[in-house]
Amino acid sequence: MSSGITKTASGGPASTARLRGVAWYQHPRWSRLTAMVAIAVVLTMVTGEQGTDRDIFFALREDFTGPLPWIWLGLCLLVWTVREFWSEPIRKVRRASVAKSDPPVAWVRGQWRGDRRIRQLVLAALVAVAAFAPMGLERYWHQVLVDQIAIYVLLAIGLNVVIGWAGMLDLGFVAFFAIGAYSAAFWTGALPVDPPFELNNFLVIPVAVLTCLIAGLILGAPTLRLRGDYLAIVTLGFHEIVYITAKNVEDFTGGARGVSGVEHFSIDMGFSYEWKLDPLPYYWLLLGFIVLLVFLFMRLEHSRVGRAWTAIREDQVAAAATGVNTVRFKLMAFAIGASTSGIAGVAYASKVGYFNPENFPLLASVLVLAYVIFGGMGSIPGVLFGAAFLVWLPEVLRDYVDPRDRYMYLGALLVIMMIYRPQGVWPSKRRQRELKMATEGTVDGDATAAPAGGKVS
Amino acid sequence: MTVKVTKDETPGGKPESVTGDLVLETKGVTLRFGGVTSLDSVELRMLRGEILAVIGPNGAGKTSLFNSLTGAYVPQEGKITFRSGKGGEHSLLGCKPHVVSLLGVARTFQNIRLFGALTALENVKIAAETRLKAGPVSIMLGLPRARKAERESDLKAHEMLSYVGLDSKMNELGGSLSYGDQRRLEIARALATDPEVLLLDEPAAGTNPTEKRELEELIRRINTERGVSVLLIEHDMRLVMSVADRVMVLNFGRKIAEGAPEQVQRDPAVVEAYLGVAPQEEPAAEGQE
Ligand SMILES: Nc1ncnc2c1ncn2[C@@H]1O[C@H](COP(=O)(O)OP(=O)(O)OP(=O)(O)O)[C@@H](O)[C@H]1O
Ligand SMILES: [Mg+2]
Repeated sequence: MSSGITKTASGGPASTARLRGVAWYQHPRWSRLTAMVAIAVVLTMVTGEQGTDRDIFFALREDFTGPLPWIWLGLCLLVWTVREFWSEPIRKVRRASVAKSDPPVAWVRGQWRGDRRIRQLVLAALVAVAAFAPMGLERYWHQVLVDQIAIYVLLAIGLNVVIGWAGMLDLGFVAFFAIGAYSAAFWTGALPVDPPFELNNFLVIPVAVLTCLIAGLILGAPTLRLRGDYLAIVTLGFHEIVYITAKNVEDFTGGARGVSGVEHFSIDMGFSYEWKLDPLPYYWLLLGFIVLLVFLFMRLEHSRVGRAWTAIREDQVAAAATGVNTVRFKLMAFAIGASTSGIAGVAYASKVGYFNPENFPLLASVLVLAYVIFGGMGSIPGVLFGAAFLVWLPEVLRDYVDPRDRYMYLGALLVIMMIYRPQGVWPSKRRQRELKMATEGTVDGDATAAPAGGKVS
Repeated sequence: MTVKVTKDETPGGKPESVTGDLVLETKGVTLRFGGVTSLDSVELRMLRGEILAVIGPNGAGKTSLFNSLTGAYVPQEGKITFRSGKGGEHSLLGCKPHVVSLLGVARTFQNIRLFGALTALENVKIAAETRLKAGPVSIMLGLPRARKAERESDLKAHEMLSYVGLDSKMNELGGSLSYGDQRRLEIARALATDPEVLLLDEPAAGTNPTEKRELEELIRRINTERGVSVLLIEHDMRLVMSVADRVMVLNFGRKIAEGAPEQVQRDPAVVEAYLGVAPQEEPAAEGQE
């Protein structure tokens, strides 16, 4: 801590690499080449013959003797070569065209940055596309959209607040999802115990948010002082407690048999409408929730709250010395994430009507985390894309590979992604800079390291 | 309130008497790390409005003193009292760092600790915003008071950046600024909390002569224009001698001398602490860490 080692101003990745005497084969280019070869192998396996139970090498033999791997390898190498060696000329040409009088790219960018109304218009158009495009899909995809994509997207934008913005590793995120779902069941009278009065599902939302907030505060207050890995273990434990409670307290939660007959969303104000089994109206409802939350959270990101979170994430000691109440802001992030998860829980329970504790496995928490990291921690568009894409992918893989293998390919994709592009598909600017500085070694990581001794508050 | 410190109360037998309004006072502050005693009954008396320099060889406990004053370390023994100009006496011992900052004691770090991935402006805004009230709900709903807070912090941050002369670099990343600029940005960030006392930990370390001169002028301006009391750790004796009203010398965690710069410079104990280097010449290896 008082080592006196000071940071130097950074001079770009290439120069620092040169200063450090990095050998040519340590250039990130070669690790990216490996990644592209790996992608080619995965694509060959996805598009080629599928394995059989009897002969585990059958598919390998079939796939890698034909022309298929060469096609994919060629394509991937082409992408790699263009990116690594021709990107500079391409960029130059583009820059030259941008410099010329008002080319389309610069014009579009200028419009996007300059005019708020145009931004709003474009976003509204995107929402409209998201709302109406699914009408052309089959009913199966409607179900996937609602039960999985929309729910996981909601969870991901909640977890993004906790991990992407405040930088806290929360592995028990789905516990709050479960609490939301059981709240919905309780307040609509689907649990073995009767509520004092039954509530409309829409009214359950604030109640569930409050419940999750309180649960989040109870868990968070004593534990958020912990750093990184320790917090992860605590939240893991919290998830286990909620899961086992749901499973074993049969008189209250219905136990392992689960809960059935949770009511659907309905409105009864002058006119009445009930969301029934048809998934599309549910999709629109959830899309509404997502749009609303994204709208609210975007305001947070570039406000004092978002800045305080970034400060805490980067250097907790400096943040505290600057007057940022670190515990309060962490708690805030935790509670906001928990309540988003709770909303997703209510929506899920009301949509499916039937659920049991197995719907809230630890794996779900890990998957949401993977979606957030894949999309780009801290970036709302990234997280929306990451969750939607990675939930969609196994579903579409059903048509190509043995359904039991689907998650294997998802895993391969995650591995490759983390090697090739650890910042995610669409990273937030702040996160990207942090990652860059960390790899260049211009940021010392002592914000997370406890000092060598002594009492430190 | 006015506290008189006469010469017999001041350890080290200073010929001059320290009289005035004490803003920061420690009594018998002792901080140990296992077997190491980094601070040994340190008595600090800082007058309101003065520039007090803390000097001493490497490992003397200067940074430990700062950390104890700002709540980063909790000394095992002693008292730390901060008397706010707004009235009220606060004990800083064991206070949370952010509470210390809210009370009006700001600091910079020896090993610069900026938020490197944020712009200079954002770095300062974070500090300014800790004084404003706008909760997450009012921000999410875009209520007028949230917008007002945003405007206020923007104004404050701009003001502070131009005060330290960084207004032209406000959109550059904290981590990409030059060394001297990073130090100044840290000062701007500290000033944005409207402190009564500013603790500067080796602000001149690693800066070039021009930057040093600018820094000297900046410290004076902060002191006279803004009425901020400055506690300054510095190895550059020229800077210390020209800017400080009084100097306090630490060695092995103990205060060995205190007084006007010229007196301290001649003090035999100080000369000895600096390993016999003649104090009239360059007394300390400058900026060495
Ligand atoms: N967190 C800590 N854990 C253990 N020992 C510490 C810690 N902080 C400081 N020390 C010890 O306390 C003593 C004083 O250190 P300190 O950093 O306060 O010195 P300094 O006067 O600021 O020196 P420099 O001029 O090099 O900055 C040293 O012996 C140091 O090793
Ligand atoms: Mg020091």
